Amino acid sequence: MLIPHPLLGLRDAQEFVYLGDASLLNRPDGMAEGAAEAFGDYVYLRDNPAGVHRELWFHEQGDRSWLVVTRDTTTHEILGAELARDVALAAKGGAA
Amino acid sequence: MTRLNGGLIDRSQTLSFSFDGKSYRGHPGDTLASALLANDQRLVGRSFKYHRPRGVISAGSEEPNALVELRNGARQEPNTRATVTELFEGLVANSQNHMGRLEFDLLAVNDWLAPFFAAGFYYKTFMWPKAFWEKLYEPAIRRAAGLGSLSLQPDPDAYDKGFLHCDLLVIGGGAAGLAAALTAARSGAQVILVDEDFRLGGRLLAESHALNDAPAVGWIAGVEAEFATLPNLRVMRRTTVFGAYDHGIFGAVERVSDHLATPGKRVRQTLWRITTKHSILAAGATERHIPFANNDRPGVMLAGAMRAYANRWAVSAAQRVAIFTNNNDGHRTACDLVAKGVDIAGVIDTRSDAKSLGAYPLYAGAVVSNSRGRLGLRKIEVTRNGQTQWLSCGALGVSGGWNPNVHLSSHHRGRPVWSEALQAFVPGIGGPPGLSVAGAALGQGSTQAALISGAEAARDALVDLGIPATLPVLPHAEDAPQTLQSYWHVPGKPRAWVDFQNDVTVKDITLAHQENMRPVEHLKRWTTLGMATDQGKTANVTALAVMAELTGKSIPETGTTMFRPPYTGVSLSVLGGGDSGEDFRPRRLTPTHDWAAAQGAVFVEAGPWMRAQYYPRAGETHWRQSVDREVLATRAGVGLCDVTTLGKVDVQGADAGEFLNRIYANGMKTLQVGRVRYGLMLREDGFAYDDGTCARLGEDHYVVTTTTAQAGAIYRHLEFARQCLWPELEVHLISTTDAWAQIAVAGPKSRALLEQVVDDFDLSNAGFPFMACAGLTVCNGLRARLFRISFSGELAYEIAVPARYGTALMARLVALGKDLGATPYGTEALGVLRIEKGHAAGNELNGQTTAQMLGMGRMVSTKKDSVGAVMSRREGLVGETRVLVGLQPLDPSLPVVAGAHLFAEGAAPKTETDQGWITSACFSPHVGSAIGLGFLADGAARIGEVVVAANPLERQSVKLRVVPPHFVDPEGGRLRV
Repeated sequence: MLIPHPLLGLRDAQEFVYLGDASLLNRPDGMAEGAAEAFGDYVYLRDNPAGVHRELWFHEQGDRSWLVVTRDTTTHEILGAELARDVALAAKGGAA
Repeated sequence: MTRLNGGLIDRSQTLSFSFDGKSYRGHPGDTLASALLANDQRLVGRSFKYHRPRGVISAGSEEPNALVELRNGARQEPNTRATVTELFEGLVANSQNHMGRLEFDLLAVNDWLAPFFAAGFYYKTFMWPKAFWEKLYEPAIRRAAGLGSLSLQPDPDAYDKGFLHCDLLVIGGGAAGLAAALTAARSGAQVILVDEDFRLGGRLLAESHALNDAPAVGWIAGVEAEFATLPNLRVMRRTTVFGAYDHGIFGAVERVSDHLATPGKRVRQTLWRITTKHSILAAGATERHIPFANNDRPGVMLAGAMRAYANRWAVSAAQRVAIFTNNNDGHRTACDLVAKGVDIAGVIDTRSDAKSLGAYPLYAGAVVSNSRGRLGLRKIEVTRNGQTQWLSCGALGVSGGWNPNVHLSSHHRGRPVWSEALQAFVPGIGGPPGLSVAGAALGQGSTQAALISGAEAARDALVDLGIPATLPVLPHAEDAPQTLQSYWHVPGKPRAWVDFQNDVTVKDITLAHQENMRPVEHLKRWTTLGMATDQGKTANVTALAVMAELTGKSIPETGTTMFRPPYTGVSLSVLGGGDSGEDFRPRRLTPTHDWAAAQGAVFVEAGPWMRAQYYPRAGETHWRQSVDREVLATRAGVGLCDVTTLGKVDVQGADAGEFLNRIYANGMKTLQVGRVRYGLMLREDGFAYDDGTCARLGEDHYVVTTTTAQAGAIYRHLEFARQCLWPELEVHLISTTDAWAQIAVAGPKSRALLEQVVDDFDLSNAGFPFMACAGLTVCNGLRARLFRISFSGELAYEIAVPARYGTALMARLVALGKDLGATPYGTEALGVLRIEKGHAAGNELNGQTTAQMLGMGRMVSTKKDSVGAVMSRREGLVGETRVLVGLQPLDPSLPVVAGAHLFAEGAAPKTETDQGWITSACFSPHVGSAIGLGFLADGAARIGEVVVAANPLERQSVKLRVVPPHFVDPEGGRLRV
């Protein structure tokens, strides 16, 4: 597979380490009410879609960026790749 | 010798080779199969199940029968197809799958027992009793139904892997492939042309047709000459594209030196990973046969293969041959053989309106209904209008039409579709994106059509890429239309083979039908059809047609044939691409590696690293002697150990403290500059992840250390936290593991030693206390970092210098410490020292243990959020009572074995009564007996109790006393002097 790195262009998937569902970006606040339940879901519950999936890949043999890659699990078509940092910042309301 | 005139062999040279110990001769350009046929050796092997005599059937990679053990010794390779094995001087081949001589195989008794070996017989016969399967049935079946044997020696050859990129990959170097490559390469595109043969041309080499009224080899030579002038074209002969993978990536194996006796200094094969924007599949077609009674005798072969042997290799399988066909292609073979002077016994054509195209007897509207000849064909039975007659012939060419080689086009869930006009499956929709198909692989079987379709496919692909291309002037070639009457098998009572390699007959398919194994997937598994090394290239479509006939459905209704990689067998060695033995993974050497080697160190693998395990000295005959000495010398004086392999991560930025506070279970933000703190990291699920030290070198600058094994994973985890969880924090990370050589200087005399190397630096206990750190210079100006930390329990330091000075510093310390008894120690002594001190390491941090178990439960701060903190407070983890304890045998002569499980005295050793396990064990020269660390239920409350360590693997059971996990200096006074 080839992954379109937003900074480096098409890179071979062998350069990356796969982690899994990009929902891992949405870490609950450990000090908030109901943290125990929220972490149970966060750590153990994942969707496993046949189709479009947003997932985390680490460019370990490259620039060490974490990417959010959107991939169709039934065809391996890559629909997009973003820097996970940008995605996470956007989710936090652009706080920098 | 059955050599004919002409051919593409070099008669000026003779090559000698041996088959089953007998010597033969051939010529360069021969394959093993053509050379065997030229030496009248029709019988080349025995079949898989029935041990029937078998001969060469095809002239290509689809060969199901002519499998041999090639070469001998460590290079012996079973199941090698003689049809694609290039002849070389001294080639040694042996027939396989027989007991006794090839001509008199004792296991041929299986053929008489055939009624017992019908489809599904494994499933039906070897059901009961269950215990017999492993001990009796399977070994017996494996012995009888082997496909060659292994050398059982390590592979002596080297393999490699490589990466290629191009605009257009052309797969197949026949008429269509050559036209495609020529079109694309002239346009300036980056083109790779791949062909599995050792000679370009494909079927053009096997035909007698003219191109532009001249032999085809002339045109091919012209094209090859032009290819040689085009730097944007790479031609890869002897290379098979075996699979189409995601995003335009193809796997290919180049047989770099399989055509040589030994590879010499070259690799044997190379695995290529080719990334291309477009690809053209021009893989040609495979002829299919027509099953009839006893159609598997040596001498019965594909008619197109017979023609290839005559035209390319100047060989006929016999002086007198017959042809059985349902189309004009069979007549073409007859004509070419007549032209070569071979005697044609007759052309038997299923079509009643068939016309003779040459000077041979024609049996129109007839079929071949049986054959005779024990070790090779002697005669065939021809049936016409219910009348039978026997014709003498030594070989029979069978032509049942051609199946396009759609294989790669179905690698991405592409489904071949049935062409009524061609009576064959052609590439359908789906399949690898960017792949187009040309030539006979698309059903464009005539030479002219193949040339044109190849050129057009290339032009269209280039247009897609925005590269202008024009069609080359192509030669005039034959353009005979396909004339075929579908005819799938000759009905009859005796067995008629469909899949030669797996011995599947029409009868087996009939039985599968009767037993309701009708979907192709069931048919395949019930009969083992298409499951041999040839993957049914010559069998699958015919079997489908037979099943269609039985069910009364059409072929497309019955099913389709899907193909998965690999197209032909790929050795595991080449898939490894040379990554075996020492090259299995990169080997990392510590900065002091060469120095340690010069001291005679014994090395051990620690993750990717090679570390000094111990340093034997003269007179030491057992590793324990060296290790005990190193341990005692360290505790009494000073020991030196390269600890560079521990991961080091530089953490810098205004929010570095906040970041590390969220990473470590314990607090790091409050750590003072110039101090070090032990840190424990959890995984988000609450289990312990890794531990190490965290040093604060400046307000915005920390250095984190990890264990050797987890260095990579922890760095990845830290980057995940930085980029994905808390991107708003101003913090940056870099791994500096390789940048700094780090040496542990441990023991009561460590300060005295270090005082000799530091430049004007106060090492006194007050000036640089336990858990202090500092940047400084040593040895007159060399920048260094010093940490007063201890893994051994002694007064100890770790000193880091730029990696290139590691060896010099080690040598300097050893030299300066001579009078202090400075002793280098390895990982064994390191382990003993830390077990004696009760420090957790990889054995205790194995991913299944918690902070609480490690006795660090209270370190997990509840005042802040950190990775894993919430989950570590789960009921199940909080309720865990097993904690780290020390263990010591009551009888000091008895061993303590890591991995043994712990039980209360008198309890039966079983899962229900299990109370924990031993994680680490060693002989402690300090204690004078073996000691261990382990997790024990309620361990903290059981100090002084006796438990039993059960080691059923070695039938051992040892009584151990539970002690605190610190065997040395439990108060920690030595650390602080």
